[in-house]
Amino acid sequence: MGFIIDATLIAFLALIAISALRRKRLFGMVMLSGAFSLVAATLFLVLDAVDVAFTEAAVGAGISTVLALATLSLVPAEEKPHSIAIVPAFLALTTGLLLSIAVSDLPEFGAADAPIHNHVAPEFIIGSEEKIGVPNVVTSVLASYRGYDTLGETVVVFTAAIAVLLIIGGWTRRETETAESTEDDHAG
Amino acid sequence: MTSLLAQWNYFLVIILMMLGFYAVIARGNMVKKMIGLNIFQTSVFMLYISMGKVSNGTAPILTGDSSTVYSNPLPHVLILTAIVVGVATTAVGYALIIRIQESFNTIEDDEIIELMDDDEAASEGRAS
Amino acid sequence: MQDDPVIRVIAKVLIPTMMLFALYVQFHGDYGPGGGFQAGVIFAAAFILNATVFGLNRGRHVWPARLNLLGVALGVLIFGGTGVATMVLGENFLSYNALSDDPIAGQHLGILLVEFGVGLTVAAVMVALFFAFAGRVSHVRLLNKTRAHEKTLAEKAKGAAND
Repeated sequence: MGFIIDATLIAFLALIAISALRRKRLFGMVMLSGAFSLVAATLFLVLDAVDVAFTEAAVGAGISTVLALATLSLVPAEEKPHSIAIVPAFLALTTGLLLSIAVSDLPEFGAADAPIHNHVAPEFIIGSEEKIGVPNVVTSVLASYRGYDTLGETVVVFTAAIAVLLIIGGWTRRETETAESTEDDHAG
Repeated sequence: MTSLLAQWNYFLVIILMMLGFYAVIARGNMVKKMIGLNIFQTSVFMLYISMGKVSNGTAPILTGDSSTVYSNPLPHVLILTAIVVGVATTAVGYALIIRIQESFNTIEDDEIIELMDDDEAASEGRAS
Repeated sequence: MQDDPVIRVIAKVLIPTMMLFALYVQFHGDYGPGGGFQAGVIFAAAFILNATVFGLNRGRHVWPARLNLLGVALGVLIFGGTGVATMVLGENFLSYNALSDDPIAGQHLGILLVEFGVGLTVAAVMVALFFAFAGRVSHVRLLNKTRAHEKTLAEKAKGAAND
């Protein structure tokens, strides 16, 4: 049963991805990429990752589509026509083959005795109840057991925002005006 | 063959991953590259989440019943933060695309390389 | 879009609901799916909806850029500050047990503070990103309009000179 649901969702994802890549108009592509994120969120839900599904639906299908649409209003609406590139296709096929060989060494899908389920995860699940008292294990691992990691990720988000504001933020009125005048000089 | 069937999820995810990878390296349009990168990224997330799945398990939210089997929460935490970081870095990418469009008036990478080569040739001609 | 009564009314109903839902996700994250990252994004989505429906200027008025920058930095500061506080109280960095006499209460307090910091940073960052992109769009449109206007003025002046 699980196989049918997962395989159907992944087939949907592949269909959306191919259709997005074949599109010439960038608008349709961006909307399809939002749909991709939404279906991916459903797949995460089926795979028991409720928090991840929640985030993917809010971030992937929401915010990143909005940002892509804002970008589209400033760039040409259509892509230059391309034929299928042989060398990249060959490279992608080879990489896929190598990855498949590597993946075939992994434990069976869903096996409860796989190494990753037997080392730290049981401690997290037991400790979350006894030492932290938070029922949602993901929250207790995120904020308490792996607090350093989350602090690092928050700083990355912070840095990315500063970078975007420096690149296109128009930090102050005076600075953007000087930027414009130099651009005009360059163009003239 | 049994092992292939037992790992079907990983193989399907790798196909998705390679679709995104092809878009990143084959397409000249930068917005399309970013979308390809997003597909690639989401597929990697799927690979991680697949590894955390336990058959007949449930979401890692404690029910108080000791016989419940939970899926592994660790990949969920890693991917949860990775998604938010991913959108922040994607935004930096789009910001750079906007600046490139304003400077070169195109976002096709071959055209940009041509423009840069012309610029270089012109400046070399001036120097000699 | 700003003149469409349906969108305006629906947005007015939706925006407070979204904010309330974001707060629920933020503070119920201990017990169900949710937490700072998701809550921040949903909270930011309410402001983004406000700005798309009622216009960028009104959106900026509701959530000023300076306040937003303060939020971006303050979230990280709360997170790091919690860690430093546990160090001052004699434990390791981010060991919330030190925050209270009862270790479990300390963990609860620590997780609440840290998740709040994450939520604040993520919400402020998402709003900042949206305003940066949307601001660029209106900025470029204005620039193009001014350039076109200058061009027509120059052509008119040329025409007058030729006469």
